[in-house]
Amino acid sequence: MKKRALALVLTAAMVLGLTACGGSSNGTATDSADGQTAETETDAEAPASATGEKILSVQVGPDPETIDPALNSAVDGGNMLLHSFECLLTVDENGQLAPGQAESYEVSEDGLTWTFHLRDGLKWSDGSDLNANDFVYSWKRVCDPMVAAPYAETVLSMVEGYDKAIEGDLDALQVAASDDNTLVVTLNAPCSYFGSLAAFATLSPVQQATVEANGDAWATSAETYISNGPFYVSEWVPGSYIMMTKNPYYWNADAIKLDGIKWNLIEDSNAAYSAYQTGEVLMIKDVPTEEIPTLKDNAEFHVDPIIGTYYLSMNLQRDAFKDAKVRKALSLAIDRDYVANTLMQGTYSPADNFMGPGWIDMDGKQFKDNANGGKSYIDVTNYEADLEEAKQLLADAGYPNGEGFPTITYTTNDAGYHKVVAEYLQQAWAELGIDLQVDIVEWASFTPMRRNGDFDVARNGWVGDYSDPSNMLELFYSTNGNNDGKFSNADFDAAIDLSRTTLDADERSQALHTAEDILMEEAGCIPVAYYNDFWLQSDKITGSWHSPYGYWYFMYADITE
Amino acid sequence: MVKYIAKRIGLAIVTIWAVATITFFLMNLVPGGPFLSEKAISPQATAALEAKYGLDKPLFQQYLTYITDALHGDFGDSLKQRGRTVMDIIKMKFPVSARVGGVSVLVSLILGVPLGCIAALKRGKFADSLISVVATCGIAVPSFVICTLLLYFFGVKMQILPTMGLTTAKHYVMPVMALSFYPTAYIMRLMRSSMLDVLGQDYMRTAKAKGLAGGKILFKHALRNAILPVITYVGPLLAYTVTGSFVVEKIFTIPGLGGEFISAINGRDYTLIMGTTIFLATLIIIMNVVVDIVYKLVDPRIKLK
Repeated sequence: MKKRALALVLTAAMVLGLTACGGSSNGTATDSADGQTAETETDAEAPASATGEKILSVQVGPDPETIDPALNSAVDGGNMLLHSFECLLTVDENGQLAPGQAESYEVSEDGLTWTFHLRDGLKWSDGSDLNANDFVYSWKRVCDPMVAAPYAETVLSMVEGYDKAIEGDLDALQVAASDDNTLVVTLNAPCSYFGSLAAFATLSPVQQATVEANGDAWATSAETYISNGPFYVSEWVPGSYIMMTKNPYYWNADAIKLDGIKWNLIEDSNAAYSAYQTGEVLMIKDVPTEEIPTLKDNAEFHVDPIIGTYYLSMNLQRDAFKDAKVRKALSLAIDRDYVANTLMQGTYSPADNFMGPGWIDMDGKQFKDNANGGKSYIDVTNYEADLEEAKQLLADAGYPNGEGFPTITYTTNDAGYHKVVAEYLQQAWAELGIDLQVDIVEWASFTPMRRNGDFDVARNGWVGDYSDPSNMLELFYSTNGNNDGKFSNADFDAAIDLSRTTLDADERSQALHTAEDILMEEAGCIPVAYYNDFWLQSDKITGSWHSPYGYWYFMYADITE
Repeated sequence: MVKYIAKRIGLAIVTIWAVATITFFLMNLVPGGPFLSEKAISPQATAALEAKYGLDKPLFQQYLTYITDALHGDFGDSLKQRGRTVMDIIKMKFPVSARVGGVSVLVSLILGVPLGCIAALKRGKFADSLISVVATCGIAVPSFVICTLLLYFFGVKMQILPTMGLTTAKHYVMPVMALSFYPTAYIMRLMRSSMLDVLGQDYMRTAKAKGLAGGKILFKHALRNAILPVITYVGPLLAYTVTGSFVVEKIFTIPGLGGEFISAINGRDYTLIMGTTIFLATLIIIMNVVVDIVYKLVDPRIKLK
């Protein structure tokens, strides 16, 4: 009898044991978090509740890997940084640079010295003072090899002393606070777009005290995550949500209408769509692609370009692609209108240039409008004629009807429309008599494969970090780390070199256009489509905007009933 | 029995070491690395990161360092979730998965065992057929289909259950239903067949002939023997279920451990792969030992050696 009782107890313990242990001993962090969730949740569902709190509930992606400004390299992390931090400058609704923590700035005549004047009385979200020295500390931290910031080179390599700083001699970086409100940056070469970098999230100020006290972990919990932007992180339940609360110490706090933003870290697009339909969230970025045909005419469905191009890299070190005629033929045989509007359901736009909409030329106009003498390089409405030309080019290259051309492989990972595009390419190039094999590779294996040149043709894509055209054209500079196809052209490199050194805006613009001319003439890559962001947003949200960098700006938003 | 448990623990340590070693070298054989992104980060930054996490050292040395640290209870920092240690992540996410998983296993047992018995007792009758149909569906329908259907009907159409998170009792309903569907069906079938087997035994006939009451025969004699296969199944099931389900957690936005297993592998977060694997292996081994002991207690004929 005793034994049986014991057996029962043990069986019960077996079932309950782990559950109970999970719930109590280890659960402190989660438990307390859960306690608070109940409150915020109610707030989120009823934005104008009795407390009068206005919490905007949105979904812009799953858990960010990091929200440390120096460490972030992803768009979803960027969205968090944008709302919790503020750089020297910011980007406004029209994509123009606007004052941020710095009220104004000036550039010396030789373009080498940038002086930023900070606002008076700036504060951190914990109420302590913020001054120019905080920027000095933060920028040097970005160079620290122990921090290993992925974007260090992108944002600071033009600053004098960067080469030494990245080796560990941080004080070599020529960033100095001449007084509490003045930050002086000395560059090693003129950089006309340094203003855009000063608005780049990597260069947000971080508080030395909290970083030094907590190490890398400072950016993983709300208590130690001190920021200086319109909101501060009041709670982060990884895999669930990030709660941001209005920062009363922000210089422009009076203009902030929301009391908080709840970023729901939903990973599954169907789950996000369900939450949107039930009204639990008012905006979702991850819309299930199968719903797009029914949503197209819905006023809450938005499509907006971002600065990025979906393109194909050909491995120029392989014999099959050494002849520009072949590369051009492959490019012309693609019906981009069909790919973007039918296969990709209009969530992409057909690429008629390499540089799409959103890149800004030196005169402030769209780079695209000034390219190729105002005419696009590829006429996307002219597929039939292009296909004939492609066949002719292939024949001229010595492969009439594709005879004698080797079987080639297209390598891609499987996400979004990649597989559909791969299947399309198989058909499209079959028109030329070319046999294309498709190799679908897991993402983490695909990236090193492409980087090591282990492919014939590979899917590729780039989304710009800032709107200066050099950010994307430099991909084809012969020594660039992202030049996966190993395009190497002396004239192209010369044009890019000129664009880096010249102080003359016209000359710089001309050099960049020359670079694109060469790239397109040589068919160094095959642009296919321009990226768009597409999302669902309730019209209850007013005053928000979306930037061509893929960011959503909710800081000045409001919720109307 | 004490000797037996000691032996099992000794063996468990060897098993966990073997699992850790095989995982360590296998994961390093797979191409890719933790510091990759669509945009190449500079070689300097990559080198700095590798140096910071010791990935620049020869593989065998990395292995020795890892094992030494692990023996001291240090499972390292996550390579992807910068600033969090592997232990932080497991401590934060396991309790969430354990709560949902534990409730699910409990529900599976509460439903599966009686329904299986009923099916066996009513063999060939309508109740048996109905239970068999439900059990077959439960085993055949994948969990993502169940999740999506639940989400659609209860979350979106009827709007009676919340679609995401895990904060109130209501939040548990859909994930628990999704998670317990398969094990309930499986336990029903196990229970039914083993019950049928037991009911046909001689001692059951003897008991009946002695004139014992039906209920007593069923609970004292039949159930006790018939439940053994279920116990075998529930041990590992519990270990797998409390460590979370990737699909269910993803669809219902539950901050559990299940997703970490998959994302760690996809992101080549080496330390997290090791941590989660060792954690799961340990749980499974513990559950197996517990199953053996429960076995002994339920059926004294079994000798633990």
